[in-house]
Amino acid sequence: MKIPLSWLKDFIDLDGLSVEDIARKLTLAGMEVDEILYVGLPMPVYKEGEKHEFKTNGIAWDKDKIVVAEIREVKAHPNADKLTLLDLYDGQQDQVVLTGAPNIFHLKGTGKLAKPIKVAYAKEGSVLYDGHAEGQVLMTLKRAKIRGVDSYSMVCSEKELGITEESDGIILLDDDAPVGTPLADYIGDAVLDISILPNMARNANVIGIARELAALTGRELRITNYESRIKADKVAGTPVTELVEIEIKNPELNPRFTAGLIRDVEIKPSPYQIQRRLKLAGIRAINNVVDATNYAMLELGQPLHAFDYDALLKRVGNSSNKKIKIITRTAKDGEKIKTLDGNDRTLSTENVLVCDEKGSLALAGVMGGAETEVTDKTKNILLEGAAWNYINIRKTAKQHNLPSEASFRFSRGVHPAMAERGVKLGLHYMSQWANGKIAPEIVEQYPLKPKDSVVNVTAHDVKRLLGIDLSLQQISALLTKLDFKCTITKDQLQVISPDHRMDISEGVIGLADVIEEVARSYGYDNIPTTTMADALPPQVGNPVHEWEEHLRDLLIALGLQEVVTYRMTSIEKESRVATYNDYVRIANPIAPEKSILRQNLIASILDVLEKNIRLGESLSIFEIGSIFEPVKNDPSTGSGQGLPNEPRKLAIAMTGLREATAWDVKDSAVLDFYDLKGRLELLFSGLHFTNISYTANESILHLHPGKCAEVKVNNQVVGVFGELHPLVKEKYELGDSPVLVAEFDLETLRKLIPTYGIVPVSEFPPVYEDIAIIVDESVLAQTVEALIKQTGGRSVANVKLFDVYRDEKIGAGKKSLAYNLTYQAEKTMTDADAAAIRKKIIKRLEHEVGAKLRS
Amino acid sequence: MLDKLNEIEKSALESLKSVTDSAALEAWRVANLGRSSALMTVFSEFGKLSKEEKPVIGAAANRVKVKLEAEFESQAQAVKNAALAKSLAEEHLDVTLPGRTKHIGRLHPSTQQLRRVLDILAEMGFQVYTSREVETDEMNFQMLNFPPDHPARDMQDTFFIEAEGRAENPILMRTHTSPGQIHAMQEFSKTNPKDPPPIRIALPGMCFRYEQITARSEIQFNQVEGLAVGKNITFADLKGTIADFVRRMFGENARLRFRASYFPFTEPSAEVDVECFVCGGKGCTVCKNSGWLEILGCGMVHPVVCKTAAMTRRFILASLGVWDQNVN
Ligand SMILES: [Zn+2]
Repeated sequence: MKIPLSWLKDFIDLDGLSVEDIARKLTLAGMEVDEILYVGLPMPVYKEGEKHEFKTNGIAWDKDKIVVAEIREVKAHPNADKLTLLDLYDGQQDQVVLTGAPNIFHLKGTGKLAKPIKVAYAKEGSVLYDGHAEGQVLMTLKRAKIRGVDSYSMVCSEKELGITEESDGIILLDDDAPVGTPLADYIGDAVLDISILPNMARNANVIGIARELAALTGRELRITNYESRIKADKVAGTPVTELVEIEIKNPELNPRFTAGLIRDVEIKPSPYQIQRRLKLAGIRAINNVVDATNYAMLELGQPLHAFDYDALLKRVGNSSNKKIKIITRTAKDGEKIKTLDGNDRTLSTENVLVCDEKGSLALAGVMGGAETEVTDKTKNILLEGAAWNYINIRKTAKQHNLPSEASFRFSRGVHPAMAERGVKLGLHYMSQWANGKIAPEIVEQYPLKPKDSVVNVTAHDVKRLLGIDLSLQQISALLTKLDFKCTITKDQLQVISPDHRMDISEGVIGLADVIEEVARSYGYDNIPTTTMADALPPQVGNPVHEWEEHLRDLLIALGLQEVVTYRMTSIEKESRVATYNDYVRIANPIAPEKSILRQNLIASILDVLEKNIRLGESLSIFEIGSIFEPVKNDPSTGSGQGLPNEPRKLAIAMTGLREATAWDVKDSAVLDFYDLKGRLELLFSGLHFTNISYTANESILHLHPGKCAEVKVNNQVVGVFGELHPLVKEKYELGDSPVLVAEFDLETLRKLIPTYGIVPVSEFPPVYEDIAIIVDESVLAQTVEALIKQTGGRSVANVKLFDVYRDEKIGAGKKSLAYNLTYQAEKTMTDADAAAIRKKIIKRLEHEVGAKLRS
Repeated sequence: MLDKLNEIEKSALESLKSVTDSAALEAWRVANLGRSSALMTVFSEFGKLSKEEKPVIGAAANRVKVKLEAEFESQAQAVKNAALAKSLAEEHLDVTLPGRTKHIGRLHPSTQQLRRVLDILAEMGFQVYTSREVETDEMNFQMLNFPPDHPARDMQDTFFIEAEGRAENPILMRTHTSPGQIHAMQEFSKTNPKDPPPIRIALPGMCFRYEQITARSEIQFNQVEGLAVGKNITFADLKGTIADFVRRMFGENARLRFRASYFPFTEPSAEVDVECFVCGGKGCTVCKNSGWLEILGCGMVHPVVCKTAAMTRRFILASLGVWDQNVN
């Protein structure tokens, strides 16, 4: 929300505070100033190394060079039809100024003006925005000859002075503008762009911010500045209560509806000062009546709606005896209304309408209807100020995609007490700016008056929650500044919330609400920083999390790089690896390729591999993360879709060269099945798994049937790995090398962690020996190794396959397997001991797999 | 005979002078000190000498042998030194050629950052507590004091999951780690409903917001929040704890400020800014010229949240935003 400083100054004396001081105070108290826009006032100058506090923009107006002046005559330019020459007085001397401004062109050649026109006049050397450039481009005003006439100064437009980003024509100041006064002193301003938090709807207006500033600075809020304005208004004619009646069908949705009448308005532009403030606040100036509703809303926070009273009369047949009846009700399903933006809108039963007996007039709290809107010809106005249910307004504004200043405020909650004040203030401005005559009284229905919250606070509560010692008097003073009504009894403070805010509850919640206000008013900066004195809970760690981190460390030690990918993917993308019967689908996907939650981690990391395939000759990556499996029925209720299962998975993918190439390493082999298997063996050894087996499995669809395996720990499947199936690989752009992938279920793995103790290093020397055997091709290395280990028992400390060999001498269909064996015992092992074990092993191998010892 | 020995000595020493490499050296040794060398022949034919000649010739032959051996050793050393000097002079690597590398692994930056935050929190007694990524509306919003259609929900645009028959409790991608607070408080309070134990946990995890992906916002990011529940924890303690965290995270001279703010699940709430470490507070594009960087939100757990989670009074140290970068 944009608030011009000059407007704030109507309600609080800010002398002695810089713009930044004010912005800082507001920011720390929860009204964050996102940007300060200077529009005429001097901008802060930072010295080298000095701290900035706010994003700052805008332009300062040189007091010597840019002043209020008056145009006394508009003369023709001798050589240019479209240009005029102005006889202008700048407070010191007469000037001749050249301009092409369209909004005074009609005065060309009309002689000396009866009433001089007040304008913003910039002398040679002024720094302004270039009025002809795209966007805001600074320029310095220089002397020039234009079509034979000397030009050294100019009359400014809003764009040139930075008031608006675009404009046509020069600024026409109000008649009472003081000629010769520096423009910066007259209308120089700065605009604070403030973020309004959802619980601070009460401050989405000038008076709200001024009230906060009053509390933060200890200065007085000049609230009477608007109250006395209203009181001074004169009224005339038939009271509105005799002309209009109101019926509220649903008080829950419309707790209060008020309206006032003003007659004989003269529709014309608002005073320039008003237009300027509205424009700085980001609102277009339309005419004095529409501006009055907007101005009152920005000032007080109550959105208003102006109906053309005669259009209302016309609808009901203009019979003078009958009252106009305003009815608020929910829409019928499918009911239509044409809103004043010209759109036909189809409504649902949740929307609330303001109607008369003929039908709908406005979409309540969001936008008026086209038929009764104020036009240039409007004479009499019925001004509505109502209170609506904020949740309902929020829904309606979202449903019809109609964010507006009104719905912004209503959807955050405006106190019903503001309705009547808003109407009165709006009527006041209409009478001031449009010479309207306000009808006596305000017509209203107020079926649901909110109760002001009452909260009891003790000094102990404040100490307990904030950690500061404050007396009840101090607490009372802090809250009174924010308009809470406070009464001190013996040992507690009774606090009544003011009637401009809806964010204070009662009971324990109300207590927290009030204590937050105490803290804000006291200043967060003034609250000390202390150390928690509470007992530290038992430190038990989180073994699951720690194990996962350990796994990550092992994986990076193996040369794998961690990736993190999106949980969201598409069936199309994922189906390249796997398809499923059911998916967890996003109801409102941000893009088609992010429409489901992944069910396959391999697919996720293959996307990364594909994206990076050109970046390196070798890629080895892993991801640890959740996948999402749909659950048909909610197990807690038995019906309705359940929350998905979220098993944690580890996926690995590798492809490319085994070794990093260098100037002397020209041709490395490519990574294959055994590279991945080796990494996994190291990983399992790092995890202290011992009983691991690998089984070929041809039924894993995404893997090459001859180059994949299932991994079992203690005979339980924990995952699969292998080379990506050529048909799967084909669906990606993954280069020529084979792609190796693995996937493991982390919970299954984690549950199999062996409880290992410390295995002492034997102090007795081992005996090393090699044996080579010849077996049929069909005999698995794993089987041979298992037999050696079983037979040797504890005496065989290590078995390592160091060669696999095939040739004619061995024979077709046969292979030679050569092993290093390490024998060890709890004594010094002799060669004879070793020979005995060896003999047993060979005998067993001969017997079980038909092995022959190779000599 | 003596002459012959002198001759042997003279010619051997003469030829030794021209020996410059180890092969020639060996050849010289075979020729002059080998079994069939002239000198050794003198020894092998020693028996043929007369009794008088034996001592004289013997002594002379020995002297020559010792002399030749000594000269040989010395020449051998010289040859070795020369060879070493030559190789040292010749074997110069281009030390600027690249070394041979290995493919090494590393953690994703978001994991590194997450670990740092969790390590600091662990030192402060906050232990890791994780919970699910897909949540119910009830856990993600309602129990955290975001009623349905409440304007506070505008602060967290949400991805919903297609789910039949769930009425007012749809399924969604969690928008923050805070539902973990509810899980934790429910779990802890169950252990002793009459007098729930104190809690001090760190809640890390992936969160999701419906936002256009830009350099500064992601639809998926890691967040960490802390939760401390105890009987005597105050807002001043919250400030102190956050100040400790910020000093450890950003250095002991990090300046920070607390701004009043609003989160539905905390009250009082605060936003914490740390002085921009890019520009040192002078203003730059990273801090949008404000000199401050918004790093986290925090507050005392709201009574509504405590009530739904059956806990007593409390504070939370919330939402240290750790933005995730995706790999690409
Ligand atoms: Zn900066």
